[in-house]
Amino acid sequence: MGKPMKIRAASKDGVTEIKVLMNHEMETGQRKDASGATIPAWFINQVTAKLGDRTVLQAQWGPSISKNPFLAFRIKGGKAGDTVTVTWVDNTGDTRTDEATVT
Amino acid sequence: MIEHPMERRQVLTLLGALAAAGMVFPRMALANWDKAAFEARTMDEALKALGAGTPATGGDVQIIASDIAENGAVVPVQAVSKLPNTERIAILVEKNPSMLAGSFDIAADTIPDVTARIKMGQTSNVHVLVKADGKFYTASKEIKVTLGGCGG
Amino acid sequence: MHQASTGIAAFLAAVAAVTVAHAQMDNPQAGIEAYREALQDGNPAELHEMAGEELWTTPAGPKNASLEQCDLGLGPGVVKGAYARLPRYFADTDRVQDLESRLLTCMETLQGKDPKVYIDASFTAPPKEEMNALVAYLSGQSRDVAVTVTPEHPKERAMYELGKRLFFFQGGPYDFSCATCHGQEGTRIRMQDLPYIPGHEGAAAGWTSWPAYRVSNGQMWSMQWRLNDCFRQQRFPEPIYASDATIALSTYIAANSNGAVMKTPGIKR
Repeated sequence: MGKPMKIRAASKDGVTEIKVLMNHEMETGQRKDASGATIPAWFINQVTAKLGDRTVLQAQWGPSISKNPFLAFRIKGGKAGDTVTVTWVDNTGDTRTDEATVT
Repeated sequence: MIEHPMERRQVLTLLGALAAAGMVFPRMALANWDKAAFEARTMDEALKALGAGTPATGGDVQIIASDIAENGAVVPVQAVSKLPNTERIAILVEKNPSMLAGSFDIAADTIPDVTARIKMGQTSNVHVLVKADGKFYTASKEIKVTLGGCGG
Repeated sequence: MHQASTGIAAFLAAVAAVTVAHAQMDNPQAGIEAYREALQDGNPAELHEMAGEELWTTPAGPKNASLEQCDLGLGPGVVKGAYARLPRYFADTDRVQDLESRLLTCMETLQGKDPKVYIDASFTAPPKEEMNALVAYLSGQSRDVAVTVTPEHPKERAMYELGKRLFFFQGGPYDFSCATCHGQEGTRIRMQDLPYIPGHEGAAAGWTSWPAYRVSNGQMWSMQWRLNDCFRQQRFPEPIYASDATIALSTYIAANSNGAVMKTPGIKR
């Protein structure tokens, strides 16, 4: 189970802006450690964002997404008090889900 | 002026990683991860894997990013589509061996305007590919990657 | 009228966009500024702030106590604005302390932990990760707060003078000093400007933006780590973590930046 995300979701004039910071190494699988051993690939490869029960964004990522990924996008609709749920899955099968309330 | 051995090593490691002839991915946990697109080694292969062929260019797709990235490990990119019925937005880095950085499926009420941060091994054209109403469109921008000094 | 002003606004926006694009092409520094601006929203230091807050509030150590009663100078448990007033003199230890040395005091007295474990650990080892996370959280509690470091107590004044001497002290295999890089105005290494630390503006540029998340390696750097790296780059023997030498330098930089507004934790190349 991964470390917690930081999710901010704010509604203004009928548009909800969602910003997510994820805690992940995003290792390419090509780097070597100090002893010369290859550091295995370890990266988030799928992200799903929901507003309430509705899926609003689904992403597929490769290892070229930066460490501790940041994702920002906007949705029509949504209001203060709604729940935003973000789930990531990485290439090792690890997953993490966090929620935030729209302000 | 001042060398910074640790950072230099890190830069070289990143360059080495991205310049490696092939990127080997372990078994993927998800069946719907588009392996062919992420493992494509040329723009033609990547576009083909994404079903894009030769995308149209025009002002309805925008890529917003700084001209210069102070560090290639983190390059902010905003991808915007003004096209109705935008279904998908993808970000591709021409000179990364695995060109496809990520793709985003846009739901009906989601505004096709996505910001992410990507790794770049060197100065390169970065492309935003948009699928709208079943057709493909693109916009490109060259982003220069610089090497830094010490602490910043 | 409304339409006309909208049209003019759109035109001005378009002109501005073109101007920015040209400025970036003509002047690499403008491109760098645009890059830094794009990083500001969504600083991964926030992830360390979350971890640090948990460390602050979770009971730990032989005494199974949290750090919530730690006195950072504004009274036990007061975190808002405390970092902006450090380093300062503490009567209970009869020392001038920066945030990190003060945290070690609280970990020892409140939690019963051995500070040596934290002092001796490398900057990337778990004990230092704890320190860096705590520093991220506590510096975040002083964001937008003005630096108030005015050496008045004799020990604070002595620390400031010691810090100044260390800043200009030249030696080591490269015959280097802090001032070699940070003692002249308008210099840079590659694309990075070098702040002039003896002046207010330069000192503030440094002091108010560290601790910071570094995108080059994805690490959260405390001020102690930043100072240690300066010594390493000068090929000096590395100073002991939270030692008086490091606190003296921090006192010098913080006092020079007195009045500037904290932007911590920062984000750096």
